[in-house]
Amino acid sequence: MSQAINDQTSWLRRNRLTVTPLLFLLPAVLFFLVYVIFPIAESFQISFYRWDGLGEPRYIGMANYEELWTDRAFEVSLWNNMKWLALYLLAIPAGLMIALFLNQNVVGIRLYKSLFFFPFVISQVVVGLVFTWFYDPSFGLLNKILTGFGFDAVNVLGDPKLVTYGIIAAGLWPQTAYCMILYLTGLNAVDPEQVEAARLDGAKGPKMLWYVILPQLRPATFIAFVVTIIGALRSFDLISIMTNGGPFGTSRVLSFYMFEKALSEYGFRMGYGAAIAVVLFLIMLCFIAYFLWSMYQDEKGAR
Amino acid sequence: MFPRPIEKSSRAWQVTYQGLVPLVLIMWLLPLIAVAVFSIKPDVDFTSGNYWGMPSSFEGVTNYSRVFFESDMPRYLLNSVFITIPTVIGAVALSCMSGFALGIYKFRGNLFIFFMFIAGNFVPFQILMVPVRDLTIDMGLYNTKLGLVLFHVAFQTGFCTLFMRNFIRALPYELIEAARVEGIAEWRIFWFIVLPLMKPAIAALSVLIFTFIWNDYFWAVVLTQGAESQPVTAGITSFNAQYRAAYHLMSAGSIVAALPPVAVFFLMQRHFIAGLTLGAVK
Repeated sequence: MSQAINDQTSWLRRNRLTVTPLLFLLPAVLFFLVYVIFPIAESFQISFYRWDGLGEPRYIGMANYEELWTDRAFEVSLWNNMKWLALYLLAIPAGLMIALFLNQNVVGIRLYKSLFFFPFVISQVVVGLVFTWFYDPSFGLLNKILTGFGFDAVNVLGDPKLVTYGIIAAGLWPQTAYCMILYLTGLNAVDPEQVEAARLDGAKGPKMLWYVILPQLRPATFIAFVVTIIGALRSFDLISIMTNGGPFGTSRVLSFYMFEKALSEYGFRMGYGAAIAVVLFLIMLCFIAYFLWSMYQDEKGAR
Repeated sequence: MFPRPIEKSSRAWQVTYQGLVPLVLIMWLLPLIAVAVFSIKPDVDFTSGNYWGMPSSFEGVTNYSRVFFESDMPRYLLNSVFITIPTVIGAVALSCMSGFALGIYKFRGNLFIFFMFIAGNFVPFQILMVPVRDLTIDMGLYNTKLGLVLFHVAFQTGFCTLFMRNFIRALPYELIEAARVEGIAEWRIFWFIVLPLMKPAIAALSVLIFTFIWNDYFWAVVLTQGAESQPVTAGITSFNAQYRAAYHLMSAGSIVAALPPVAVFFLMQRHFIAGLTLGAVK
């Protein structure tokens, strides 16, 4: 009997370097599989069904995707997503510029840096409200400034041509703050000897920035790129708060359109919503693959 | 240092710079300052069209006390607390363990599992929406705080594991080897050696996750409805519907909703930025 227990403990002891990591991983992996990995697969599956979320799902093959092909609203959303992706990236150079502006040692600069970072800390819902009032055609500060300079007032959120740009501008506000803080941290770690050496060689201004500083900021730029792309494709809160997709659905993006289709008051179309989500996921997948590949190269280098 | 330190430039430029920074800051925060000013105005200012002039009287106390005593705001705030705090604890606990497993041990599939966490963390939420909502309904947790917490813990575990694993990787490995030579059990190594060293990482992650979850809106509207379980981000829209066009109250409400993460940020700034910029420096 005691021999058996001994065997057992020694088996555990002998294999403890295999068993321990498994046990430590188990809860996290379980949670992640149930709530993240399986649902991705499930969404793919649901996208082949017609389903209102209550009754029996009915298999309809590619019909949801065929419908997407001719859906004008989907086309508008997809196109808006492209605008988001392209323009959101402006947060990176803008953040770099503010970081360069603030990278000095003067009295109170720490407080200034924190206050510049402010927009990122408050929720996007509040950012959305703040900018809705900022754009308001009757009393908004933007129009007060425009008319003050003798321009015509514009109704940013009511104009189908301007609305998406208006929302992106609101989104750029916190995102720029985020990129700024990344670059401020990066600039802190720039090697002063290299900078001095370059200075002795007569490098300065934009040349110095491009050839000496930016290469050293590469890790910061990579992270800024990752978080900005993800942020652009996840944009939902601002649209929901500022315009609810309007006017006439012109400010929708895929994530918002998907939500609208799947859970709107006009009946739940889970299958169609899932199909939209799959398209969004596939766009994201191109970027995810690139991110993972870059990170994998780093990991290999570290070993 | 780049750009060239300002101390080395002319006196005139130094003075200009010191004047320029607050000016740019005011422009940068202008929309927010406007809301702060709105929130202390009396309502007559809005009916009389005095949006941007000086407040005709200071009504900050009245406005904020109306937010706290005449609306559902306190409930929403409390809901947010009961959603955010358990999520922080859950996600940090799970990721301490998974980060330890992935950071210390070499086994087949280590890198694969690690990359699964990273990849899942990048996914657009919308692909999870229909199945997660369905799962939550099936478990009888739709419109409960617990349902929201479980999902948040699971999803945040991705980012947290990435964070913890990289942090543990940077710890001196000799420490663990020495402990093993001494014959200390693995779980004791985790509890008595690694965990105490992880305090800065735990602090950084906690403040980050607190902010992320407090500010979440999408999952709040997908998984909850109504004042009994919705967090403040979702509650603010019903609050605004209740006080339509009462800009002084909507502004005060927004500021109240935004304040907790701001407070956490200012109190734990060093940790917050350390967490956010992890990996920005090699």
